[in-house]
Amino acid sequence: MNDHRDQASCADFQERLADLIGSGEDLSAHPHLQTCDRCRALLADLETIAAAARQLFPSVEPPDDLWRQIESAIIEEDQSE
Amino acid sequence: MPGSPIPAEPHSPGLPGRNGSAPAAAPAGRSATPPSPAETNAIASAQAGDHHAFSLLYALHKRRIYSLCLRMVGNVTEAEDLTQEAFLQLHRKISSFRGESAFSTWLYRLTINVVLMQLRKKGLSVVSLDEAMEPVPEEGPGRSFGAPDLNLAGAIDRMALERAIANLSAGYRLIFVLHDIEGYEHNEIATMLGCSVGNSKSQLHKARLKLREALRNQPRQEARL
Repeated sequence: MNDHRDQASCADFQERLADLIGSGEDLSAHPHLQTCDRCRALLADLETIAAAARQLFPSVEPPDDLWRQIESAIIEEDQSE
Repeated sequence: MPGSPIPAEPHSPGLPGRNGSAPAAAPAGRSATPPSPAETNAIASAQAGDHHAFSLLYALHKRRIYSLCLRMVGNVTEAEDLTQEAFLQLHRKISSFRGESAFSTWLYRLTINVVLMQLRKKGLSVVSLDEAMEPVPEEGPGRSFGAPDLNLAGAIDRMALERAIANLSAGYRLIFVLHDIEGYEHNEIATMLGCSVGNSKSQLHKARLKLREALRNQPRQEARL
């Protein structure tokens, strides 16, 4: 019985999680997280994944000669018109 | 470095820290400032056929466009080809830019369409941008109750995460890249992709859950080094 109540509560929380996270509000005080280790772990995992992904793909410059290729293609297109 | 662990950070742009701290600043790749007078002039001149002005626009936007392409396809050669195609399209279409949205947003959307078109050509499960943004409830990962906790709060294996992101469908990957990596807000993504803010939030959430699911399915020794 308690399990069913817990699952209903988790389902309700997770149903609204996209909106809660998207709102940017501090979720640490959310009543459900005070009592649910599983949803607290879920949120922690999502935070960790997002943070790790940012480090995975730094912003980089294209190679220097790419402009020359683009320029040549533009000139070729202009001449064919 | 492939295979090296990525240490966890306290929070990301989209996920406020549990201690209530503000979201991190936008990543360096993202332009948060309005266009400079030099850029505005360059746009007008390029629209009039000034080649030098177009090269200036390339110099201003090449890093962001190339980085977006690289993040979407994960391959340097393909990213260069896509960057070239995006700027060729820009050259063909710049006269149609009316300034109704920011130039950078317009260029971004153009690039996203170039990338999605290329992914479709490769036969990946890519549909049009609008379709990619449609919610697909039956594809969403299951809820987390009853499942074992991943408990990633230490490190994530770099290659495992790269693989998991590469295996996301294009729609999920796009939202994940734009929000969690590029640092765009949901309202900006909604404008760029022509979807609702709610749709953007929901797709991002599903993308993150799918990544978590994929990482959970990694062998233990790979998932946590």
